[in-house]
Amino acid sequence: MSTETSQAESTPEPAAENTPAPQAHAITHALANTERPARPSALSTSVTFGWRALLKIKHVPEQLLDVTVFPVVMTLLFTYLFGGAIAGSVDNYIAYLAPGILVQSVLFITMYTGTTLRTDLDKGVFDRFRSLPIWRPSALVGMLLGDAVRFTVAAIVTSVVCLLIGWRPGGGFVGVVLGVALLLVFAFSLGWVWTFLSMLLRSPNAVMGVAMMVMMPLVFASNIFVDPSTMPGWLQAWVDVNPVSHLVTAVRALMDGMSPGADLTLALVWSAVLVAVFGTLTMWKYRDPS
Amino acid sequence: MAELAIETHGLVKTYGSTRAVDGVDLAIERGGVHGFLGPNGAGKTTVIRMLATLVRADAGTGSVLGYDIASQADEVRSRVSLTGQFASVDEDLSGLENLRLIAKLYGYSPKAATRRANELLEAFALTDARDRQVKKYSGGMRRRIDIAASIVVTPELLFLDEPTTGLDPRSRNEVWDIVRAMVDFGTTVMLTTQYLDEADALADRISVIDSGKIIAEGTATQLKASVGAGALHVRVMEREERDKAREILIRELGVEVELPTDPQALSAVIDDRTRVTRALSALDSEGVGLAQFSLGQPTLDEVFLSLTGQPAAETAGSETEEAA
Repeated sequence: MSTETSQAESTPEPAAENTPAPQAHAITHALANTERPARPSALSTSVTFGWRALLKIKHVPEQLLDVTVFPVVMTLLFTYLFGGAIAGSVDNYIAYLAPGILVQSVLFITMYTGTTLRTDLDKGVFDRFRSLPIWRPSALVGMLLGDAVRFTVAAIVTSVVCLLIGWRPGGGFVGVVLGVALLLVFAFSLGWVWTFLSMLLRSPNAVMGVAMMVMMPLVFASNIFVDPSTMPGWLQAWVDVNPVSHLVTAVRALMDGMSPGADLTLALVWSAVLVAVFGTLTMWKYRDPS
Repeated sequence: MAELAIETHGLVKTYGSTRAVDGVDLAIERGGVHGFLGPNGAGKTTVIRMLATLVRADAGTGSVLGYDIASQADEVRSRVSLTGQFASVDEDLSGLENLRLIAKLYGYSPKAATRRANELLEAFALTDARDRQVKKYSGGMRRRIDIAASIVVTPELLFLDEPTTGLDPRSRNEVWDIVRAMVDFGTTVMLTTQYLDEADALADRISVIDSGKIIAEGTATQLKASVGAGALHVRVMEREERDKAREILIRELGVEVELPTDPQALSAVIDDRTRVTRALSALDSEGVGLAQFSLGQPTLDEVFLSLTGQPAAETAGSETEEAA
């Protein structure tokens, strides 16, 4: 009861460190000295948010572990695990597997977009972004653009490992670059599924869990590891409509120096559909996130 | 016919079965500081978030600086700034990078963004820490970089959500000085707080909110008048003398005197501070020895007790001044 908290406000606290105090006149000056530049374009703010993602990599370089170590492990593991059994030898198998394992490495890494965003949303920094007079999706678009840098690193690492194992792509350097470019477009589009999940779910773990469930049938029930002709009919039916299969077929064709044909169109159509559907859903939840 | 800074009618926000905000009407004029006082969970932050267009109201209407918060959200956003309860800056980035980021998002060229960021760092005494990650900042520095980020482009209206919660007294005074400097410049500030003394020190008018409803509005003086001038707390030297002390205090103060659980303590809510001196000398001349006494400003608890008949859900600690 008798609370004698005589913490008189006037008693100056001993300064813990020799920090200068903010100066009122300098603040008034800064307030008066403001300018109001023209509103920046959607592209400009998105690029600025992409720059933010790169700064984060600079400050937290551990972020690059998953895009470097993970693809190396996956590639080595699957090549030597299945190589002999499926294609008779590692050398034969790597020609089939390399484009597929590239796709798999990058697509798995896209899931981190969702968990990172969920963590960001809880921190309050997104409150500031959402209170700015800018094109609303730019914070998310920029984040995905920044992630594209991570995806590119993963693609390069995977390609180098495959080349070391003995992969000799028929399409040469240009073919591989075209294949990776298509893969990046698809990864950017798939990212919107994870941004939507992170708006719906309340913890990064939940986002990862659900993303994993979505990812498993997309990646493993596809033509990444084996030719679907040996699969049972129902599975073949799924593999045939699985967007990842179209993506893998198109990437494989580009890297082998062949015409990707209809699979290229289908992969691009799927990308557009993912952005249209999940981009819209994400932005709808972004107005009022849980 | 200057428009109001903030005007709302029947704002409602429901989360599940709780009505976090339950029909809030506000009419806040431009200029100065408007205090929004209430305990944790009273709905302060939700009202601020609706006004800053971060969440949508389930019912009711609101306008900020004359723009509708639902249909003209972009107009609102380009005129207001928000400093959230938790640091609304990117903790992984340095102070400089954070301010440059915001400046670029407002359309500054890279060069102008750097110039503006350095100017603000200087004004907020953060130049030495500009290349350090914000997560390594002290609590007071964090609040300062946060406020600096809010005025990269000078807002017409600034929302400050509990700007001093968790700060040491020195940093708290610094934040108060910053708020005063901004008000002198002409910015309207809407400030939420759990501390009556903070509202008292800064706000021209105060709205008290509890359980999603505005329960009182007025100047600090008016609010305090509603709970009496303060509370006198006394501890007698010998517990046997408590009853005698009570009789003397009732006689001299002319109000009811409570006997708290501490067997040596007495307390009274008083209307007239001038009678306190007389009461204390009466105790002395009649031979009642005192161990301690203090005259306190009414606390948020006492305001709530008097306004709602219930103590505040979470007390904000007692603020005692003029301790003897």
